[in-house]
Amino acid sequence: MLPTLGGRIQTRLVLLAVIGGLVTLIIGPVLPGSAPLSVVYRNNFLILIAVAVLGIGWECLYHFVMQWRWEKDWPTFFGLTTLVPEGLLVWLLLRGGDIPGIRGTVPPDAFCVDFLAVWLSVWLVANGPMRVPFIRWRFHGGRLV
Amino acid sequence: MLTDMPTGQAGPEEPQTQPATIQRRRPDAGQVVPGPPAAAAAQMPDVAGDLTDELIRSDQWTDAMLQAAGIPVIDKPLVTIGGGIGSFVTVDYLRIAGVSTDRIAVLTNLDYPWQTYEYLTRVSQIPRPERIRSDSASRPDNIWGFPSYAVAEAISDRSFVPLWHVLIEPMWADFYTPKAGQVFAGLERESKRIGFTSMLVKGQVRMVRKRQGGGYFVILTPMLGSGPTKRVAYRAEFVHLAVGYPGLKYLPELQEFRTAHHDFHHVVSAYEEHEHIYETARTKHIVVMLRGGGIVASRVLQRLMDDRAKYGLSTEIVHLFRTYIAGAHGPNAWNRRKGGNGFAYQGFNYPKSVWGGQLKAEMRTLEGDQRAAKYKLMGGTNTPWRRRWQAQMNEGRQAGWYRTMTGTVDQMRLDGGKIVSVVRTSAGIVEVAADFVIDCTGLEADIAEHRVLADLLEHSGVGRNPLGRLDVERTFELRGTASGPGVVYASGATTLGGYFPGVDTFLGLQVAAQEIADDLARRGFCRRIGTLRSVQQWLRWARNRQP
Repeated sequence: MLPTLGGRIQTRLVLLAVIGGLVTLIIGPVLPGSAPLSVVYRNNFLILIAVAVLGIGWECLYHFVMQWRWEKDWPTFFGLTTLVPEGLLVWLLLRGGDIPGIRGTVPPDAFCVDFLAVWLSVWLVANGPMRVPFIRWRFHGGRLV
Repeated sequence: MLTDMPTGQAGPEEPQTQPATIQRRRPDAGQVVPGPPAAAAAQMPDVAGDLTDELIRSDQWTDAMLQAAGIPVIDKPLVTIGGGIGSFVTVDYLRIAGVSTDRIAVLTNLDYPWQTYEYLTRVSQIPRPERIRSDSASRPDNIWGFPSYAVAEAISDRSFVPLWHVLIEPMWADFYTPKAGQVFAGLERESKRIGFTSMLVKGQVRMVRKRQGGGYFVILTPMLGSGPTKRVAYRAEFVHLAVGYPGLKYLPELQEFRTAHHDFHHVVSAYEEHEHIYETARTKHIVVMLRGGGIVASRVLQRLMDDRAKYGLSTEIVHLFRTYIAGAHGPNAWNRRKGGNGFAYQGFNYPKSVWGGQLKAEMRTLEGDQRAAKYKLMGGTNTPWRRRWQAQMNEGRQAGWYRTMTGTVDQMRLDGGKIVSVVRTSAGIVEVAADFVIDCTGLEADIAEHRVLADLLEHSGVGRNPLGRLDVERTFELRGTASGPGVVYASGATTLGGYFPGVDTFLGLQVAAQEIADDLARRGFCRRIGTLRSVQQWLRWARNRQP
């Protein structure tokens, strides 16, 4: 991917909202745990919002790191593996009770499955299918507007 | 000489007497307006329908001037000149935007869009099974770049290897690049899908001139015997120029040697057929001198080294660099390009982000000297760092059959059947004897070497950009060439130096095509491709249905 800072943030927010939202909706009923579905959805959507909000900061950091790359590109592998630090941070915040509005406890296995499913879906869409509906997106550094 | 008005009968009142410019949806598109009136017969040249002195002199033409010269006029709202991949990609965008084939003419001397490209890649040692230097998503046959070449190859070969490759590039694998044959097959499929050949008109374009009242005339010299007149004029509101490289330029000392000795056999350009060198190497020991440090030098080097290993040859290679790159280089830690052993290393012609990311956005804001300086920083001669090439060159260096030198050649002479180059190095003059010299510098001729561009520079009002090529707007409109509502666009190598650097690449041609299609949509020529249409059209592409 060849992002600009604005493009990174726009792409993240839109893809998390659309693809992340869809995956969260679909995967909710099959996640491990005993909480009612309404609580699962509530918690998972709050986590999704946390990933999006924290992501703005992460994208600024990635943009800074990218400045050391001659090509000013962001290899596909980077887009995949950044799930590790981002997932860990969200999990730590979750454990510390720092994500507002969470009800009860989110089981670690449910968090992992949900986070991975959302991340992989967003990453896959960003690396190909996104170019079909948004034909100018790849030439505009990932900006949609 | 530049004139604002045509000489002769056309006067200042002429625009009022002209019909409206080319209509946007002219119902008779393609209709030929034949023959001169009897009264004009006296002004006609000896050959029927040829250019008159008045036409050649005038910056602007009237319909009457063409009629007087006996040149038939064909109306086409949009004409693209060149017919190579630049024309193809632009026409592909327009067809997908909904423009019908009868509103476009492709004026060309090529039979199919990839003809020149395939010739150049083949002679510069990239036959169909080899991989070109292009990104996985740079698909000139697919405006979306999806599925990418890597995905398509994975599907056709039923293999995960190409997908793994794009996942780990460029850290743990060289950049994925498609095979030339895969690119040509895709172009052939898309060409048929959009009806490219139905828009094709064979011939040699002679000039583009403004039309009084708006639009342009494009003069075509058709194939011999294909029509009753020597020239045909296309009357168009929009003209697109994609004529490719203006020509090849040789290093002066090579040109002098070739001319003085009439020797085009031992001193060749890598862009010419030079298979005889590889064939000779298989029959006897030879020394080959290479000039240049770009991708073509790497390819020729690979072929020589491959043949050496494959056939057990004893070929020696002397590689002469004008500028030797010893290591990473650049003004600061944020702008440092890899280099070593003489080469500047870069995956593609420019840093990747010029095609869509940070550098593309930055370049759009730069003017004049600032833009030229940025081009200098990220351009220059460079080649990819590829594991296979590195291993081969290391082996050659250790065994002594691959040597590098840095310097310039003062003189070349024949001595005992060898070509002796007198090389000026930092350590003094050194004479190098070789059986063959291959020029891989890929120097390009000035744009004025191209007849159509030279005429345009003289008569249209177009200027040159900071690198001396055609000056285009961000929309790829040629500055200074507007004619009423008419616009001339240009894409490809002739526009290098503009707001977008990667013009002479597959993805660069698509960037230009998108800008041109969007600008044409703003001017009412076609629809802008929105989200819904894009998805619908992609589905048609996937099913190989016409746009």
